[in-house]
Amino acid sequence: MQTHLSTQAESTTDIPAEMLRSMYVAMLRIRETEERLADMVAAGEIRCPVHLYIGEEAVAVGVCQALETDDYIFGNHRSHGHYLAKGGDLRAMVAEVLGKETGCSRGRGGSMHIAAPEVGLPGTSAMVGAGLPLAVGAAIACAMQGTAKVAVVFFGDGATEEGGFYESLNLAAFRKAPVIFVCENNLYSSHVHIRDRRPADNLDALAAVHGMPAPRIDGNDILAVYHTTSEAVARARQGHGPTFIECRTYRWRGHVGPNYDIDKGLRSPEELAEWQARCPIQSFETRLLHQGVLTHADVTHLRQCVTDEVAAAIAFARQSPYPDPNTLHDYVFAP
Amino acid sequence: MLRELSYGLAINEATRQMMEADPSVFLLGQGVNSPWYVGNTTTGLKDRFGPERVFDTPISENAVTGAAIGAALAGMRPVVIHPRMDFALLAVEQIVNQAANWRYMFGGHIGVPVVMRAIINRGGEQAAQHSQAFQALYAHIPGLKVVMPATAYDAKGLLIAAIRDEDPVIYIDDRWLYAYSDDVPEELYEVPIGKAALRRSGSDVTVVATSYMTQEALKAAADLAGAGIEIEVIDVRTLKPLDDALIFQSVAKTGRLVVADAAWLTCGFAAEVAARVVCEVFASLKAPILRVALPDTPAPMSASLEKVYYPAAKDIITAVQKLLNR
Ligand SMILES: Cc1ncc(C[n+]2csc(CCOP(=O)(O)OP(=O)(O)O)c2C)c(N)n1
Ligand SMILES: [Mg+2]
Repeated sequence: MQTHLSTQAESTTDIPAEMLRSMYVAMLRIRETEERLADMVAAGEIRCPVHLYIGEEAVAVGVCQALETDDYIFGNHRSHGHYLAKGGDLRAMVAEVLGKETGCSRGRGGSMHIAAPEVGLPGTSAMVGAGLPLAVGAAIACAMQGTAKVAVVFFGDGATEEGGFYESLNLAAFRKAPVIFVCENNLYSSHVHIRDRRPADNLDALAAVHGMPAPRIDGNDILAVYHTTSEAVARARQGHGPTFIECRTYRWRGHVGPNYDIDKGLRSPEELAEWQARCPIQSFETRLLHQGVLTHADVTHLRQCVTDEVAAAIAFARQSPYPDPNTLHDYVFAP
Repeated sequence: MLRELSYGLAINEATRQMMEADPSVFLLGQGVNSPWYVGNTTTGLKDRFGPERVFDTPISENAVTGAAIGAALAGMRPVVIHPRMDFALLAVEQIVNQAANWRYMFGGHIGVPVVMRAIINRGGEQAAQHSQAFQALYAHIPGLKVVMPATAYDAKGLLIAAIRDEDPVIYIDDRWLYAYSDDVPEELYEVPIGKAALRRSGSDVTVVATSYMTQEALKAAADLAGAGIEIEVIDVRTLKPLDDALIFQSVAKTGRLVVADAAWLTCGFAAEVAARVVCEVFASLKAPILRVALPDTPAPMSASLEKVYYPAAKDIITAVQKLLNR
């Protein structure tokens, strides 16, 4: 099915070692956070719907590495990785998932509605496809304001089934809006495989007919994601309009919650194993070790730092208070 | 033959029996084959009828709903499911501009016998976009019928009536009711659209309720009876066309009215009931009308806020006591 992946075997040599390390750490942080959240959902400590990003970390980190802090991103129901990769505060995100007042949305939004406006994330919507027109609008605003900022929207393969997907691509293309459509094609929409939803797995072709570049890349290869996004960002900043990037990837866990959806007969253990063997973090780690960017001692140290940071964030969230019921009606409008 | 059946399985049975009885009935929508989206309301139907008549759809609410309407124009009786009422907002254009207007716009020559099943699934810290109850929005539209069963018996009977109806029916079921059981006939039967049900007789206060709030009103009634207060509980069942005669009759007897509807207060269904009572039987009223509804605030996520957000039996009790100056 993966017919024409543009195998961008770019060398790492053009990227400073410090940056490679920080990309590695950014993926580790997402993975560790999500693994711990998964445990907390399983234990009943987290009750809100949680859509885990485990297995897709290279997309968020590769894309956000190509952005500046004041560029915009928009997400979806599965946005923990997007939020963290863009620089959102870890403690505030964990607290949000636990429904605490110290959460990034003050416990009003939960896992599906996280925001970090200070680093360019105005919020994530759980309505499939809703982020696309929002990103187009933000991009149009960036251009109107005379800035070189861009807007990125992350969405799944399922979102391409909404009419708003086509409307957004067309609007962006004819307005030459500085927007980058990042499609995370993980082959599933909820319980349904893409083959049971479309006559063909050809999302890149759908985008291409709108007259924009539409590369299809290995979303588990962080450098391919980074380089492709960098080109798209440069194009957008120069006023040449949008790009669509189809990132082929896979979510290890089930659609929602910590389970794998294998018990429910929705996918095979072989398919999962095949993708786990292509772990975006493991392969990048191996590459960095091989090239001497990291030593084994570095790996051990960095993993420990991440574990500690996530543990501290969870402790912070646990100690935080729940929203005061008397504040139920706050924030419907500006004060 | 009666036997006890849950609300969720009553919906399932009504769908199955209507599909057996009428080859023009088919089922489509997101999650009809999902292990989680629609509870047990469609379990087994695909195995029984095959993928031609029971099909899960892409995430394309507008096209899927429009296709159901088009199929209805071409002689079918589709049931289109939206597993969260919130998602159906993407289909509102087709429902309102097309389905609702069609019969009138073409001088009565052709109607749209489609059923749109929309599920309310609030709570569980799902927050603002997965918890909404839009019954008032649909009840506002001429040409749409809106039903909200509160019991397993009605869940089956109203779905059968909705599928047999010649016009578009918005059938709103509530996940919080799925586990409620009562006696349900095995055979096909209709609960007529446009008929409310008297669930409990009482002389002190009339409580008119929709859907889940009917069950809460019955809990409140049992509690209040312990304190010597007898409330009359009317389950609206059909929001449009509304059986106001039964409501007027009851208010003429009690002189006091509480309307309980678990949706937003402003311009909500409770306001419509209150307006009709004031307009038609004002002289019977001994006290102001009270509404138990959601505050004009989006659904919060955190359980600490959800607890105070959703109305329940205790809010009905408070309203009744207030009307009686207790
Ligand atoms: C408008 C709308 N329809 C349906 C849903 C229910 N839903 C939530 S996530 C999802 C699947 C989305 O799949 P995809 O876009 O591929 O993203 P993924 O979950 O795979 O990351 C669905 C159907 C929704 N949230 N919003
Ligand atoms: Mg997907």
